[in-house]
Amino acid sequence: MKVLVPVKRVVDYNVKVRVKSDGTGVDIANVKMSMNPFDEIAIEEAVRLREKGVVTEVIAVSCGVTQCQETLRTAMAIGADRAILVECTDELQPLTVAKLLKALFEKEQPGLVILGKQAIDDDCNQTGQMLAALCDLPQATFASKVEIVDGLLRATREVDGGMEVISLTLPAIITTDLRLNEPRYVTLPNIMKAKKKQMDVFKPADLGVEVKSHLKTLKVSEPPQRSAGIKVPDVATLVDKLKNEAKVI
Amino acid sequence: MTTLVIAEHDNTLIKSGTLNTVTAALQCGGDVHVLVAGSNAGAAAAAAAAIVGVAKVLHAEDAGFAHGLAENVSAQVLAMASGYSHILFAATASGKNIAPRVAAKLDVAQVSEISKVDSPDTFERAIYAGNAIATVQSLDAIKVLTVRTTGFDAAPATGGSAAVEAVTAVAASAKATFIGAEIAKNDRPELTAAKIVVSGGRALGSAEKFAEVMTPLADKLGAAMGASRAAVDAGYAPNDWQVGQTGKIVAPQLYVACGISGAIQHLAGMKDSKVIVAINKDAEAPIFSVADYGLEADLFVAVPQLVAAL
Repeated sequence: MKVLVPVKRVVDYNVKVRVKSDGTGVDIANVKMSMNPFDEIAIEEAVRLREKGVVTEVIAVSCGVTQCQETLRTAMAIGADRAILVECTDELQPLTVAKLLKALFEKEQPGLVILGKQAIDDDCNQTGQMLAALCDLPQATFASKVEIVDGLLRATREVDGGMEVISLTLPAIITTDLRLNEPRYVTLPNIMKAKKKQMDVFKPADLGVEVKSHLKTLKVSEPPQRSAGIKVPDVATLVDKLKNEAKVI
Repeated sequence: MTTLVIAEHDNTLIKSGTLNTVTAALQCGGDVHVLVAGSNAGAAAAAAAAIVGVAKVLHAEDAGFAHGLAENVSAQVLAMASGYSHILFAATASGKNIAPRVAAKLDVAQVSEISKVDSPDTFERAIYAGNAIATVQSLDAIKVLTVRTTGFDAAPATGGSAAVEAVTAVAASAKATFIGAEIAKNDRPELTAAKIVVSGGRALGSAEKFAEVMTPLADKLGAAMGASRAAVDAGYAPNDWQVGQTGKIVAPQLYVACGISGAIQHLAGMKDSKVIVAINKDAEAPIFSVADYGLEADLFVAVPQLVAAL
């Protein structure tokens, strides 16, 4: 069984982005880019499934600019066997990415697609569910544990108030939550090995997908700033302030 | 122009996020209908009909809806989608699970976690962990939205008297089966709807200390309990207590952060709180830059003192 793992190149989670003064977006020139953290967890899970002998091949996919090749090399250094880049310089919205992934799903016929639950740049949390719907597949979103038992996927999901366990037929879509695993560190020998692994490049048109914009960003602005308040010397002052100044208790 | 709100419920009660979603729906203009897809969910449908501002409740009844599986609920929504200009879900674990399936099948974009309705087709939403606010216009005929509940007041849960209409249920999918759930039962208010939230960080040091120090404070204040990602990852607090960019977004009247340094991802989940209190022994902790009242102190000393003083 193959596993397809889409990975996104995003602004590194340690970078605090700045809004451009003309309000057209955020300034991402010369900032550090990394693999979306949830996608790293997805790759790690796929590699662990291969190490357990449950799956045979892990294919990493990225949709975006040429530099996404670096993200795919990282995925292969973690342990993906090969990679596919769908190269495109236009802005790709989740629905378009889901359509590109559907085309690759049909081409590769994987038993599982494991995605990060959310990209930390646009914070959409959509692509996995959209792919599941377009392929008419069941989904286990926000997964904190997955296992394949008797040809079925058994997944524990993080839901409001606790956990839920569901069983899905294969093929199925998984989206990862933070507690699914802790991704391994990539080692230098594995980075070197990753350089030699196969990477295929397609254009959206090769996959028969039209890149279409469904949403227009009119403006990007700074959020309202919160100014720092005061330091209080002791608990008694704090309680007094909360009762008599803020009046919240 | 009519808006459909997908109710989140446990077949008996309507979850609070649905009330905020109704408010967002009313701001989109037009009538607001609410879909209650459930199993033995007559009580939930009646509760939805009592929400002020709701014009009609559509009740779909099938065993496949008992646990809100995304495959089944999205199919039900799709069967009814024509005729609606807007389809809204609360941006909760349930709403986020279902909404994109509906949008994809309708071949329209979803606008995630809207915090403001500027016009029927233009919405505001946070991106990059809340470090920027995007104003986006939907170019599609049907707008599928998830609603950040902290951005909208809750519609009054009682006082309305909408008609309840039964609708034909779509057959359940054989591809997904609910096995079980472990939902923590407690008498505390729901984290995302609580007026006061007390949150603990890695400085608590262990699950035992977390409970020992934070629980009395939460009890005293009648607060919900939250945690930083570091505390959750370390196993000090349950997963669903995580406040932050990819966890729960909260905006209570009072947020008390104890031993939380204040990474941008955490701030993204709580900086819209009305009053923020930070207790931390590190004077340089970034949490102090957003706190209205900062107390530079050892939380193991300060929190019990605070409990005693309240």
